[in-house]
Amino acid sequence: MEKSLNWHEFVITRLIKASGYSAILFVALIFFFLVREGVPTFADTDLAALFSVRWYPIESHFGILPLITGSLIVTFGATIVAVPFGIGTAVYISEIAPRWMREILKPLVELLGGLPSVVLGFLGILVLSPNLRVLLDLPTGLTALAGSLLLGGIAVPTVVSVAEDALDAVPRAYREGAWALGATRWQTIWRVTFPAARSGVLTGIMLGVGRAIGETMTVMMVTGNAPVLALKLGSIFSPVRTMTATIAAEMGEVASGSTHYHVLFFIGMVLFLISLGVNVAASSVVFRAKKRAERILS
Amino acid sequence: MNRLLLPAIAIFVLVLSASCGPSSSQAAASDSPAAYIENKGSDTIVNLALAWAERYQSDHPEVRISVTGGGSGTGIASLINGTVDLANASRQIKAEEVAEAESNGVEPVEHIIARDAIAVIVNPENPVSELTLKQISDIYSGKIINWSEIGGEDRPIVRLSRETNSGTHVYFLETVLRLSNSEDKTLFSMDTLLLPSSEGIIAEVRQNPNAIGYDGLGYVPKDLKVIAIAEEAGGAYVLPAIATVNDKTYPIARDLYMYTDGEPTGVVKEYLDWIISAEAQEIVAELGFVPASLTPNASP
Repeated sequence: MEKSLNWHEFVITRLIKASGYSAILFVALIFFFLVREGVPTFADTDLAALFSVRWYPIESHFGILPLITGSLIVTFGATIVAVPFGIGTAVYISEIAPRWMREILKPLVELLGGLPSVVLGFLGILVLSPNLRVLLDLPTGLTALAGSLLLGGIAVPTVVSVAEDALDAVPRAYREGAWALGATRWQTIWRVTFPAARSGVLTGIMLGVGRAIGETMTVMMVTGNAPVLALKLGSIFSPVRTMTATIAAEMGEVASGSTHYHVLFFIGMVLFLISLGVNVAASSVVFRAKKRAERILS
Repeated sequence: MNRLLLPAIAIFVLVLSASCGPSSSQAAASDSPAAYIENKGSDTIVNLALAWAERYQSDHPEVRISVTGGGSGTGIASLINGTVDLANASRQIKAEEVAEAESNGVEPVEHIIARDAIAVIVNPENPVSELTLKQISDIYSGKIINWSEIGGEDRPIVRLSRETNSGTHVYFLETVLRLSNSEDKTLFSMDTLLLPSSEGIIAEVRQNPNAIGYDGLGYVPKDLKVIAIAEEAGGAYVLPAIATVNDKTYPIARDLYMYTDGEPTGVVKEYLDWIISAEAQEIVAELGFVPASLTPNASP
């Protein structure tokens, strides 16, 4: 009996270990593939051409700067939308809402997260962008702003569910302690619960940003896809072309092995490195916050 | 409830079996078709090719035709690899493709199967209704940036185009932006919106009075305004229509092609002959394209 238990245990531990390592393996394989297909770019074009401002691949203009700035400005806008809304909703659901309200709101937010992005894109083309054009008196409503608003909407459920879990996990004794000291509800939330849940909230924000920068279908439909360099803050009111939309729109027709093909993979590499950077930044902030908390407690 | 349900089911089953009867026997008759035709290529042509294939198969149950899209380049590549009998293309085969085909032992033969006019469209509220080719070229290259420069209201111009992988985009670049001059290296203005679908262009033109777009005439709905175009300043302004495409007064129209490997034989030849017959070309006009067999340079 004991022997067979040991045998079971052996298999199960190995299986669990293997699935843990598989994540590393998959990321490594994906990165290897991107590098293998993307690095020949340097042989086909020179760096100056790659970092120029004209993207017109069918005439061999491979400047990826407009695409990078396009992705960044749309993601920046989405973050501005998603962070206050997401954290506000999370705080309301976890700290303020009565129980019945909470039971309605949570599934609704999760439902919002499950909306297919192509459906949001349709709403963007037919409802959001015409109204933006009229309200803000823009030449066209297909702008970075439309993309930011929709991506913000897509990122909100991610931010809410992770941040709400983190707030929920703060021990009740913390709040009771604060109330016992005479803190108001707002002071308790702002000074006690929220800082205690900070690392979880930050993880939620980073996951939301990651979701926004990688989103493809919606931005392809509503941002107008004009490869214009977006350097000023006002560029948010003009059309932009993101890296993801470029890959999605052009990968289908590109001849395998051509310069254009390699440049598209190179864009994929840049995208990968940007999300890696976001994740590393997030975990280093969380790590530092933890260290400080430990120092205070000891 | 149950007493109602049972007869209802019985009737439903009866109706179903009655309606299935003839069609299933028909399916049995065409279960062993004598010939297959593989047809692949241009997305512009795919609806037309499907309509033809449906009609032809209902008259000739012994022939099976499978139609797929994927783009002109994809269709021609498949022809070169010998996987299709007929390649659809909204552009002529390129010299390098011919060379590749010949090195593979394939000899592409061109057949003009229909014509397609590219309509330039604006919002119905826009007072501009006539433009010369040169003016359209200047609009898209960014030399004209306000509608007031060409007799419209004081509004910025928002340029809409299909994505760069579309055959229509390339045709428009060569014929309109560069005015068919192969030395010309004019490009689309950088702030031209590149929309992934015809639907995107139409939705934007419908609601935005600043916008100008282009698309195949067959895809343009009635509620948008089609611009009359003159080939040169001082020339007559012409609206796209079957008659004006055929007498060549409308300047932006192109031929649509099918390519075969060598001169077609057997079923493929019969199918191609039928395609340029009056019956099949009627379908062309129904779908908003321009029939080819009426033009003097139609393929034999």
